[in-house]
Amino acid sequence: MNIRLQRAVLALSVPVLALVLSVLVISLVLFLADDPIGAVWQVLRTAPAERNWANIIDKTTIYYLSGIAVAIGFRMNLFNIGVEGQFLVAALMAAFVAGEAWLPGYLNTGVAIIAAMVAGGLYAGIAGVLRAYRGVSEVISTIMLNAVAVGLTAFITRELAKSATQSNVSVVQTKLIPEESWIPNISIGDGPASEIYGFVVIAVVAGFVYWFMINRTRFGFDLRATGQSLTAAVASGINVKRMTVVAMMISGAFAGLVGLPYIFGEYHSYGSTFPAGLGFTGIAVALIGRNHPIGVALGALLFAFLDEQSNKLQIDAGVSPEIVKIMQGTILLMVVISSEVVRRYGLRLEQQHVARVLAQRDPASPPAEGVEGAERVKGVDGDGTHAATTLPATPGAVRDADDQPEEAPL
Amino acid sequence: MRLTTKIAAVLSVSVMALTACASEDSEPSATDSGSGATSAESDVKVGMAYDVGGRGDQSFNDSAAAGLDQAIEEFGMTSEEAEAEDGEDEAAREERLRTFADGGYDPVIAVGFAYAAALTKVSAEYPDVHFAIIDDESIDADNVADLVFAEEQGSFLVGAAAALKSETGNIGFVGGVEVPLIQKFEAGYIAGAKAVNPDVEIQSTYLTQPPDFSGFGDPAKGKTAAEGMFDEGADIVYHAAGGSGGGVFEAAADSGNLAIGVDSDQYNTADPAVQDVILTSMLKNVNVAVYEYLSQVNDGTFPSGVTRYDLSVDGVGYSTSGGQVDDIAAKLDEYKQQIIDGTITVPTTP
Repeated sequence: MNIRLQRAVLALSVPVLALVLSVLVISLVLFLADDPIGAVWQVLRTAPAERNWANIIDKTTIYYLSGIAVAIGFRMNLFNIGVEGQFLVAALMAAFVAGEAWLPGYLNTGVAIIAAMVAGGLYAGIAGVLRAYRGVSEVISTIMLNAVAVGLTAFITRELAKSATQSNVSVVQTKLIPEESWIPNISIGDGPASEIYGFVVIAVVAGFVYWFMINRTRFGFDLRATGQSLTAAVASGINVKRMTVVAMMISGAFAGLVGLPYIFGEYHSYGSTFPAGLGFTGIAVALIGRNHPIGVALGALLFAFLDEQSNKLQIDAGVSPEIVKIMQGTILLMVVISSEVVRRYGLRLEQQHVARVLAQRDPASPPAEGVEGAERVKGVDGDGTHAATTLPATPGAVRDADDQPEEAPL
Repeated sequence: MRLTTKIAAVLSVSVMALTACASEDSEPSATDSGSGATSAESDVKVGMAYDVGGRGDQSFNDSAAAGLDQAIEEFGMTSEEAEAEDGEDEAAREERLRTFADGGYDPVIAVGFAYAAALTKVSAEYPDVHFAIIDDESIDADNVADLVFAEEQGSFLVGAAAALKSETGNIGFVGGVEVPLIQKFEAGYIAGAKAVNPDVEIQSTYLTQPPDFSGFGDPAKGKTAAEGMFDEGADIVYHAAGGSGGGVFEAAADSGNLAIGVDSDQYNTADPAVQDVILTSMLKNVNVAVYEYLSQVNDGTFPSGVTRYDLSVDGVGYSTSGGQVDDIAAKLDEYKQQIIDGTITVPTTP
C-alpha cells in the first residue's frame, strides 16, 4: 500500500477511534450511575443556539490561549503547570494598568496587554530560573507558585479595591476600565447575548505566532531540539540554560493573555468573581491537541462545547455537572491512548514494510544506509539513546522526528 | 452445582442492590408532582440555580433546598435544579438562568450573591419570567425578588451568648471568605459580645480572600485557624465558614472548648462526636425565605423588591438544641426584643 495513503488513514483513525471509545466509556459510566443515557446523548446532539455558540467561541478563545501557553512548554519538555498562577497575576496586572488609564483609548489597551504578557512572563521566569540554575523541577515550583499567585492576587485586589468605587457591595474588584479602552465584542447574531469577544482575533494571531515561532525560526528549532534531546542540544551548541528560562518566559507571556478576553470583553475589572481553573484546562487542551496549533484549537473547541452543555445536561437531562468533567477526562484519556496505539501500529506496519523491501533486495547483506524509514526502525527497537544522539546531527533529522506527533491531528 | 448456586446468589444480591439503588434515587429528587393523594396540584415549575456545592452541602444550599422541598410537598409544584461549578465565569451563570427561563421555568431562584451580575442581565432579557435571588439586594427590577437576611442581628445574639458563657473573656470568630456578606456576621458578633462585656477580647480571622472561595469548603483550614485561637486563650469560637466549620468543631472538641455553628441548627447536623461542643448556632433561615416566596407564588402573586428576613420575622435567630444556652435564654431574648424595637442598632461592617 502507498505509504502516504497509509499514514493518512492512520492519522484519521486516531480521532475516530478516540470518539468511539469515548462514547462507549461515557455510556458505561452513565449506565453505572443510573443516569438517562439516551437523554444525555440527545442533549449533546442538539445543535447549540446562537447565544450558546457565542459562549462556546468565547470559551474556545480562552482555552486556546491557555493550551498554547502550555504547548510551548511541552515542546521543550517543560511541564508548565503554572499557567493558572501566571494568568491570574497577568489578568490583575492588565486590569490595574488599564484601570489606571494613564494613556487614552486603545493605547491604554495595548500597554495593558503588554504589561500582562510581561507580568506572566516574569512570573513564569521564576520557575525557569530555578530550573535552569538550581535544578528545581518546574512541576513543583510552578504548582507552588500557583498557590502564591492566588494569595498574592487576592491580597493586591483587596488593597486596590479600597481605592476603587464600589458599585456592588458583594463583589471586591479593581477600578473599572474606561469604556474607550474596552475591546468591542463582535456580534454573530441578534442581541447582546450573541456577541463574542473581540479578543478572538488576538487569539488567532497568537496561534499563528506560535506556529511561526516553533516551525519557522531558529529559536523554534533550538526549542524543539532541546525538547527532543538535551545532550544533543548541548552538543550542537545550544545554550540550554538560557533556552529553559526563555521558553518558560514565553510560555508565561502567552499565559498572560488567557484572562484578558474577560478583562477587556466582559468584566472590565479584576475582582472576586473572576474565573479560575483556566490554566489547568489548558494542560488538557494541549494534550488533546498534541501541541499542534490547529489541534489545540480543536481541543479547546471540544472542551468549550462540553462546558456549554453542562447547564443543559443538568436541567434538560437531569444529570449532575460532574458528568461533564468525567466526559472531558474520558476524551482526554482516549485521545492519548488511541494516538499511542495507532502510532505503535503504524510503526509496526512501517517496520514490516522496510523488512520486506530489504528482503527483496538482498536477504544476505546487512541493512543499507539511507533506506527510507531505517532511522525509525532503530527507534522502535527501543534503542532510544542511539536514536537521540544521532538525531540532531542534521537539522532534517530533528524535523523529521518532531513531525511525528504533528501527524496525529485530532 | 455449587458454582451455579453461587452465581445465582450473586446475581440475586446484585439485582436487589440495583433495585434498591433505583428506588433510592427516585425518591429524593421529588421532581415529579407530589407523591400522595393529600398533596395539591400546581402547574408552577420552579428552576433552582444553586451556588457551588449544590444540594447536599449540609449548609447554605441545603437550607434553600429544604425550603423548596417543603413547597413542593405542600403545593405540588415541580422543579428542576442545577448547580454552579467552582471558578466558573459569568457566562456560565447567565446561561444557567437563561436555560431555565427558556425551559419554561417560572419562577427561577438564584441561590447566592454570586448570581447578582448574571441575574441583572438575564432578568432584563426575560421580563416575563420571575426571578428571586438570595443574599443580594443590588437588583432593582419588577421581576426580581431580593431575599436578604439580617445576619448581623442573629450574630449579635450568638456574640452575646459567647461573651456570657466565656470564662476566659476571650472569644474567636472564623470567617470563610472575606467578603462583605461574611463581614456582616463578624460585625454583629463583635457588637453582641461587646454589649455584654465591653472588655471582652475578640480574635478574628478569615480563611481565604476572594477570589479564592475555598474558605467555605476546607475543614482543615478551619481547624488550623480555630486551634490557633484556642491556643491564644479563646474558649468559644464562632464560625461563618460553611463547610470549613466542621474543622472548627473538631478543634473545639480536641481542646475541650466550645464552638458556635452557623446557618442551620448544626447541633442536629454535625457529627455526633462533636455535638457537645456546639453551644448554639446562628440560624439563617434560607429555607423560610424560599418557602415563603414560593407560597406567595402559589397564591398567584410574584413578589419583587427587597424582602429582609430579620429577627422580627424569625428570618434569623439562635438555636437552643443541646440546652447549653437555656440559662441565658432570658438575657438573649431581652437583647432580641431590644433589636426588634430598635433600641439596639447592629452594625453591618466591622
